[in-house]
Amino acid sequence: MAELNQDSGKGGKGGKVRAKKAGGKVDLTAMVDLAFLLITFFMLTTSLNKPQAMDVAMPDKNKMDANDNLEIADNRSITLLLGSDNKISWYYGQLAKPIYPPVTVDYGKEGIRQVLLKMQKEVPARSGGKDLIVVIRPSEKSVQRNLVDILDEMKIVDVKRYMISKINNDEIEVLKRDGLFND
Amino acid sequence: MGKAKVKRASTSIDMTAMCDVSFLLLTFFVLTATARQPEVLVVDTPQSTTPDKLPDDNLGVISVAEGKIFFGVKNPTVREITLKNMSQKYGVAFSAEEYEKFKQLDEFGVPMKNLRQLLSLPNEQRDEKIQPGVPVDSTETASNELYSWVQEARKATIEYNRSREGERDFVDPGPMKVAIKADANEKYPIVNLIIETLRNQKQNKFSFVTGLRASEQ
Repeated sequence: MAELNQDSGKGGKGGKVRAKKAGGKVDLTAMVDLAFLLITFFMLTTSLNKPQAMDVAMPDKNKMDANDNLEIADNRSITLLLGSDNKISWYYGQLAKPIYPPVTVDYGKEGIRQVLLKMQKEVPARSGGKDLIVVIRPSEKSVQRNLVDILDEMKIVDVKRYMISKINNDEIEVLKRDGLFND
Repeated sequence: MGKAKVKRASTSIDMTAMCDVSFLLLTFFVLTATARQPEVLVVDTPQSTTPDKLPDDNLGVISVAEGKIFFGVKNPTVREITLKNMSQKYGVAFSAEEYEKFKQLDEFGVPMKNLRQLLSLPNEQRDEKIQPGVPVDSTETASNELYSWVQEARKATIEYNRSREGERDFVDPGPMKVAIKADANEKYPIVNLIIETLRNQKQNKFSFVTGLRASEQ
């Protein structure tokens, strides 16, 4: 196609034929380079631009009875209180008589993930084979990143049962005591 | 002479076919790429390792940044029906021209009574600064405008899907999905208000919009 002047094969002076050839062939290397660069750009922007969607399911709200709370065994549930400054305070059991009292940890691989992995093994041993329930209670000083991080951690560690619920005043006191309730 | 010619022919490769293919692909990607509209409200979403992508259609997005809430419906036809329903509910009438303008509006953050004013402005003047956000509170009454918007958008989606049932190759996409696109540094109380607003109308399932985390930390 780009080769406009094909060697006709007819006789003639060698020099002339050579000159014709040089003029007829267009060097497409740069054009191909550019085209592939643009292809790469469009490919990456089309597929990478789409944001991720993290699905969340909340329990059905009982409007008739706000105190309709499901009782769960103390030795199955750990509670994560999301505080300020990207820190979590977690405890095992009930806050009034905890099996493990509140401890402050960080987010990520070295922090909360180790706790979750440990409790995932420990809870079935203590409660007779029943699996771990994680209760996530974001305080008003926590930010959206914290919530997304902790939900992501649930997926990574593969915690089957977890829920987001409302923090109560006693738990806010714990956060205040541990200095996790700053603006 | 003969030898020299052979050598020359072998050094330059014929790029024609490669060029053809690459431009064909380029054309394909240019045409399929949807031009990204500049967002009115700039949201810096948090990152997660979730592999699921956000759907393109059949979706309502609630954006939150700096304490302001914006709402947008992806499908322009559903958008129009939603405004019709809202206009009845709040007693604000819109002209045909305003409906047309609203169809072009990706997201907005004004109370119902200021919506006409917003639509009267040219596109480039509808920036984030003049929009105070959609009013939201913990009630289920008309003062919680986000509640009404989400509810009417869900109804409009059902209406729109029903009207398309007769079409060939129509697959019912189901009820509208709701996504919350909150800024990474947004405080929890406002996110909680939105979650409660959704739960109050039994929209118990929703998505958080996140960016992709490059690798596990």
